[in-house]
Amino acid sequence: MPLFDSLYNFAHWLTRNREEAEDLVQETYAKALRGFGSFHPGTNFRAWIFRILRNTFLTSRTGLAASRTVPLETSNDQEQATAISHETPESILLEQAGQQQIQTALEQVPVIFLEVLLLCDVEEMSYQEIADTLAVPIGTVMSRLYRARKALRAALESKMREAKHA
Amino acid sequence: MLDDNWRPKLDQYLDSELSAEDMRGMDAHLRECAACASEALRRLQLKRATHLAGQRYAPSAEFRRRIERQAAARNRPRRILLLVPVLAAAMLLLASVVTLGRWYERTRSQQVLAELADIHVADLASPTPADVVSSDRHTVKPWFQGKLPFTFDLPELEATGYKLVGGRIAYLEHEPGAHLLYDVGAHHISVFIFRDRPEIERVFPARDSSRRVLSFHVESWAAGGLRYFVFGDASLESIRGLSRLLKQAGA
Repeated sequence: MPLFDSLYNFAHWLTRNREEAEDLVQETYAKALRGFGSFHPGTNFRAWIFRILRNTFLTSRTGLAASRTVPLETSNDQEQATAISHETPESILLEQAGQQQIQTALEQVPVIFLEVLLLCDVEEMSYQEIADTLAVPIGTVMSRLYRARKALRAALESKMREAKHA
Repeated sequence: MLDDNWRPKLDQYLDSELSAEDMRGMDAHLRECAACASEALRRLQLKRATHLAGQRYAPSAEFRRRIERQAAARNRPRRILLLVPVLAAAMLLLASVVTLGRWYERTRSQQVLAELADIHVADLASPTPADVVSSDRHTVKPWFQGKLPFTFDLPELEATGYKLVGGRIAYLEHEPGAHLLYDVGAHHISVFIFRDRPEIERVFPARDSSRRVLSFHVESWAAGGLRYFVFGDASLESIRGLSRLLKQAGA
């Protein structure tokens, strides 16, 4: 099955639940098989099937709930991305963070930002592929990516501070 | 102190999204700017850590099998659907072949019967319709010995209303056979006996059949490797009566 492991991993991150992730992947493959005629050879298959999964997730109960809890994006997100600095003393602790701590921090990232981060840093998609998958402009991809990393960094630093004071 | 010109491009640099020219420019800057180099290293470490930590969930083997079964089940009808035009074409071809075959068989059987009808009519019009003229089957049957590659039995006709007139050699599609002449009332009946061949069997598939050709009644059957045709303008019952006698004699 093409991209099976990647799709499942992505689905599990989105749903935070094994059963829901399995349902999501299963429905994604079913939709992909039914709608394979709509896939244009030569275009990005990975973006196409990830888009199916992501759109299916958004219409699920978990997806709808997640979308309701996401902060609204502002038009100057990209400007913010160029203006915020993270030179905090805690930042040096990032290097010492273990994998489990990073995973816990990733769980704190809102879904709308987490999905961009996963597609970029885990699936190693280009900005254009992410834009195709999410059906948003590249500028929005960059903005969300910035905010995702910012949120991850904040969550991680918080965890590190807690660990340090414990 | 981070450089305000380059720092905003650090993420794009690490994500390999800068243009080639900007990539070269960033490389050069990072070699000279310790602050930006340190920040780039920190972001790169986070990116790598995210890459590893993000690969957190793996599907179970059972789930993988379930999806594979699902895909296989969906693929089967797809393959069948793909075959629909091929099957339709094959069915059309088969129907055409069958129709053509039936038309050919009907045409061939009509040709055979028409040929026999010609022989029957020609013999009746001939001043010497039989080469062996006798009402005695024990005279007529031996006359064919050595002339045909097969032998046959003739029925006893006493008190049946049928009378053996005689016989001669006939040819059906270049194959020799026996042509026996009978009378019933004022009607003449021809009995043809040939070796049953596949090409004849194919156009007369039923072991017993009744037909009407050019107002003649025809009974045909195969028995003992021989093909019989009883042909005449007598009533169908008369044709069938003689046929029954011939069948009993050959049984």
